[in-house]
Amino acid sequence: MIQLSWASIRASKSYLIPGIILLVGLIVLAGLPSFGPKYSVIFLSTIFMYIVLTTGWVMFSGPTRQISLATAVFFGIGIYIAAILGKHMPLLVMVLIGGLASSVMALLVGSLTLRLKGVYFTIFTFGLLELIKNAINWYEVTFTGTRGRFVVVVDNNTIYLYMLAITVLTVLTAFLIRRSKYGLALQSIGEQEEAAAHIGINVTLMKVSIFAISAFFMGAAGAVMATRWTYIDPFMAFNMNYSFTPVLMAIFGGVGQLGGVVSGAIIFAYLEQILITKYPFYYMLVFGIVMVVSVLFLPNGLAGVVKNWRARTTGGRYVRT
Amino acid sequence: MFVLEGQGVTKYFGGLAAVSDVDFHVDQGEIVGLIGPNGAGKTTLFGLISAALVPNSGTIRFKGENITGLRPHQICKKGLARTFQSVKVFSDMPVINNVVLGVHFGTSERVKAAQAANEADRLLEFVGLSGRAMVPAKDLTLVNQKLLEVARALATKPEVLLLDEIMAGLNSTEITQAMELVSKIRAQGITIFMIEHVMKAIMSVCDRIMVLDHGKKIAEGTPQEIATSKMVVEVYLGE
Repeated sequence: MIQLSWASIRASKSYLIPGIILLVGLIVLAGLPSFGPKYSVIFLSTIFMYIVLTTGWVMFSGPTRQISLATAVFFGIGIYIAAILGKHMPLLVMVLIGGLASSVMALLVGSLTLRLKGVYFTIFTFGLLELIKNAINWYEVTFTGTRGRFVVVVDNNTIYLYMLAITVLTVLTAFLIRRSKYGLALQSIGEQEEAAAHIGINVTLMKVSIFAISAFFMGAAGAVMATRWTYIDPFMAFNMNYSFTPVLMAIFGGVGQLGGVVSGAIIFAYLEQILITKYPFYYMLVFGIVMVVSVLFLPNGLAGVVKNWRARTTGGRYVRT
Repeated sequence: MFVLEGQGVTKYFGGLAAVSDVDFHVDQGEIVGLIGPNGAGKTTLFGLISAALVPNSGTIRFKGENITGLRPHQICKKGLARTFQSVKVFSDMPVINNVVLGVHFGTSERVKAAQAANEADRLLEFVGLSGRAMVPAKDLTLVNQKLLEVARALATKPEVLLLDEIMAGLNSTEITQAMELVSKIRAQGITIFMIEHVMKAIMSVCDRIMVLDHGKKIAEGTPQEIATSKMVVEVYLGE
């Protein structure tokens, strides 16, 4: 009798070859500032930013199935930390504080609102974005007399390396959580929250923790990216596109698989950069069309296409979900 | 001291008393049946015991300790597990992962992944689901999903197990198997409190039966006493 146990399947799956490829890729990416064209560094930093935001969003919203539109809040808090503290402390410390501040915000918001279900939670997170954006705008106009702030300038290569490091940490964290029992527990919460609680899972703690962890990476990315823009105001920092784009990227790539999420972010970010430079007036239109087509024809995103193809070539055997 | 005990347990939904001033107790190692017409408050009482619902008044004690007001995951960790009348399996997950979760989170001890998988394999075999381990839970039949819920609840190492209508919708062969399963669980030293409509099963498997009607406890006794109680027959047959 063939005994298929969970543990044996996991152990037999080899991460060796993909691991080596990833490592070589990372070394090349880390060396890019010394040999690559100057623009590639700026271009890739933007792609990294989207990978962090999308992976961060999927960390929480993927398994729990609670759609958060607070990504821009956490990203924006990082940006404002950079604007306020950037001149007074080293970049690394500022980035850490940016991440922590976003985490604290997520803890607060999470413990207040994660009881909200479905669309109510989504609307709340969206409302939060508007609230914070306008509150900061009001504060700036009333007390500082100026709307925006200048951010400390950092050279592009440093920004690039920081973003690369944050990206690697984000994806690695998402990967490790997903493989762990906590990843499984988060998935169970998304599927049957009540049953999850009754088999001993502290549902609220789990949701709030993952919300805060994902916010850390978003905030850290915000703190780094702010230094590239040199001038920021509340409407730039808390731009709702940073909430929506990651959702689109994740859906396009396929929320179910981390590889899909990252490729979705890369392809979409690439597309955005190309479109915005070549067709500045039509890029939103093309964006929309791509989105509609992918929702209609690729319900599980790019990862779903790959999975189906693999299932067909292996003779329809059961494929790990 | 009873392993599970309730005093004056009351729950209102709006103005309606779903469970009204119910006293109950379950002894160590017993199988206690809970019966009553539809809407009598049986599942509500289970919800109150497992902390899915908070009682308006009354106390519930587990091994002498007041557990009223604890959260569901705390109740589970104390050793009180349940299944659901409307099945709530994690349907997109492979069957085995449903059980693995129970092993990992049902108790406070840390379990290694391989050990948890072995324990889950063992439990699936115990309920008769070995061979379906890698199938997504939603692909199981309803009967098997109920068995999976039992395995998942057992994975949390309970001392008391609340079974909510695990035999509903089963044919007579399956009912016999389910009755054997209940006896097997008790033989492991687990106390059972079960809601059931299948009279044949409840009469032969239970040591004691409690009857609820309109949220009130109207009778309690051995299966013989209940079967011959005029009041119970009236409630069921509506005379």
